[in-house]
Amino acid sequence: MINWPNFVSQLFNGLALGALLALISSGLTIIYGTLGVLNLAHGAMFMIGGYAGYVAYSYTGSFILAVIAGSLFVMLLGVAMERIIIRHFYHRPHEDQLLVTFGLGICFVEIVRLIFTSQSQVVPPPALLQGITSLGFLFYPTYRLAVVGIVAVALGALFLILYRTRLGMIVRAGIEDSVMVDSLGINVYRVFMIVFGIGAMAAGFAGIINAPVVSLTPGVGDDILVETFVVVVIGGVGSFPGAILGGLIAGEIISVTSMFNPGYAYVMLFAAMTLVLVLRPHGLLGTQGRE
Amino acid sequence: MSTKDFRPGSTLNVSRRTLLQAGAGLIGGTVLPASITSRAFAEDHPAIGTFPAGTSGSSAFIGISVPRTGTYAVQGEDELKGYQLAIEHINSGHDLIKKISPKTSKGVLGKELKFGVADSAAKPNEAVQAQQRFISENKAVMITGGTSSAVAVALNKLAQREKVIFVCGISGSNDTTGKDCVRYGFRQNFFGQTAAAAIAPVLIKQFGKDKKAAYLTPDYTYGHTVTKSMQDFLAQAGWTTVTNQVSPLGAPDYSSYLLNVANSGADVLINVNWGHDAVLSTQQAKQFGVLDKMKLVVPYQVPFIARETGGLMQGVYAATDYWWTIEDKYPLAKMFNETFEKRFGYKPEWGAENAYVSFAHWARMVEEAGSFYPPDVIKAYEKGETIPSLVGDVHYRPEDHQCVRPVIIVRGKMEKEMKNKEDYYEVVEIVPGDGLMQKPDAFGCHLGDYT
Repeated sequence: MINWPNFVSQLFNGLALGALLALISSGLTIIYGTLGVLNLAHGAMFMIGGYAGYVAYSYTGSFILAVIAGSLFVMLLGVAMERIIIRHFYHRPHEDQLLVTFGLGICFVEIVRLIFTSQSQVVPPPALLQGITSLGFLFYPTYRLAVVGIVAVALGALFLILYRTRLGMIVRAGIEDSVMVDSLGINVYRVFMIVFGIGAMAAGFAGIINAPVVSLTPGVGDDILVETFVVVVIGGVGSFPGAILGGLIAGEIISVTSMFNPGYAYVMLFAAMTLVLVLRPHGLLGTQGRE
Repeated sequence: MSTKDFRPGSTLNVSRRTLLQAGAGLIGGTVLPASITSRAFAEDHPAIGTFPAGTSGSSAFIGISVPRTGTYAVQGEDELKGYQLAIEHINSGHDLIKKISPKTSKGVLGKELKFGVADSAAKPNEAVQAQQRFISENKAVMITGGTSSAVAVALNKLAQREKVIFVCGISGSNDTTGKDCVRYGFRQNFFGQTAAAAIAPVLIKQFGKDKKAAYLTPDYTYGHTVTKSMQDFLAQAGWTTVTNQVSPLGAPDYSSYLLNVANSGADVLINVNWGHDAVLSTQQAKQFGVLDKMKLVVPYQVPFIARETGGLMQGVYAATDYWWTIEDKYPLAKMFNETFEKRFGYKPEWGAENAYVSFAHWARMVEEAGSFYPPDVIKAYEKGETIPSLVGDVHYRPEDHQCVRPVIIVRGKMEKEMKNKEDYYEVVEIVPGDGLMQKPDAFGCHLGDYT
């Protein structure tokens, strides 16, 4: 099994896996980077994106509409969550923020389980992207190939919004000194609401894009949340480029290790995280954490 | 009752008053609450575990832990329904329970059964914590549940330590009644060894000799022992293992494992994964074109997999504990299917069947023992008597507490063959249990003490 064709296949698979992980992690890291809230309901929001898309797909049969519905629904949910609950926690200890988001995550998962049961639901990829494509050195599911492109575009758009717009500038200024930005007449908390909405939308978008790759269950976000945290820690907590780099590194570690010994794929992933924490406690692209 | 004036040897001297007193006493004895009479039983035995505290009232408590979240949640819910139905049937004295446990009237030894349910999430520590609480706080007289052999092994150890009987739920590992067996644990369902012994001849007949097999194995006792048993049995016909892809429970993605399988040149993919892991890995195997290259086999059938994979089980061979269409052959299965479907609205899968019948067997053993005293109940099991189940007559081996029962081989039906929406499998063969079992000490079972 250890041969060049398989190695190249696994390298490529690591890229595709990493792209997906990067997309999921980006929403988590955007919210933390700007608001300072580690959103433990992120996995649940990722899951809800998938289910909202599934419902839209069931009624319309359109994958595009499913993607729009999944993203928008979770964005609105994020905004509502921020307005009703999270904003009361900005000045409270991190422990409180962790507990409230963790609790919300459990509620979201169990509500979905109540409605849809634990049985898995399937959202097929659009007809054009079904089947397998030959890349010469390997056969790869066409939809997974498309996901790499979709993720690249989505991450690019997120980057532009956060780093090349007036909104992004205000957000970053708000992080540095929210009192000063406030005194300049800018409503920082409104910006925070928008950022929470965008971060949530990234999770919802990732959820529905990921749906045809996996089968949807209420626990789909729980499984991925652990990997997402590893990605964020490797890349640097709060760093958007770090999430992308961390995602790609995690994808490659899982894929390439599995070629040698699949039982060690996750061991190596956590070993890598430990190594990063020892050598660069703030992650590869992270900076000193904000208080 | 007062008997001070009663002289059995001199009936002539029996006054009307004394006779009435004695008669009242006898009648009273039969209609007294069971709690008072059983206290007399309890006094015959030393206290052990939750005995006699757990049965000092008018009810007895059962601790149930099943996964309601996580990768085995769907199967856990099915299992829970089996327990609920069994308890309802026992408390009401349903005909089906009486056919398995003839001495049952209502309740167990007259005690109404009450129960608590905990979500194990298929994690041993959560299951042990929950069951420990049921034992300590509720004085559970029996603990049950499963759907993970890691949980089963952990609860085996808890049961032995606490001296409370554990009736194992779904558990496929050879270790559960092998090296990790205990005096206080009992398993009804089929397992790696019997699954492999039953399905291997069918696979060899179907696919031929000297085939190359790839395995997808979950990384814990269930996966390792089932894969090992399959490898051993298939090796006898020259089958070789070209790759064994071991993955953690609840892996979110199988792509890297499936690429290795796709590049392995295998003829047959033997998927040992279970629960949602099996559903996801099978669906992704289809996405990666693996199922077009090689035949899929599921040696330890996963309840609901046929519904959840949308046709991917068509033509696939699997070994199972129970499939509802065997009702044509087994009247008790028919009764069970009918009552279950009426109560829950779908045909029971084998999680529910195992839960129901293993629970019914426990009730029978307590009735046979005439006491909740655990060593007596254990000895009732260890008599090894032939007893009814939903798949015909079975018995428990005294040496390892494993039920000797048939294994059912099924093959996924094509859509056009299905007679109704739940007619997913045809039963290929019902393989009698006796010929499938290993020697009792083959997997290193030492049961441990009674007290």
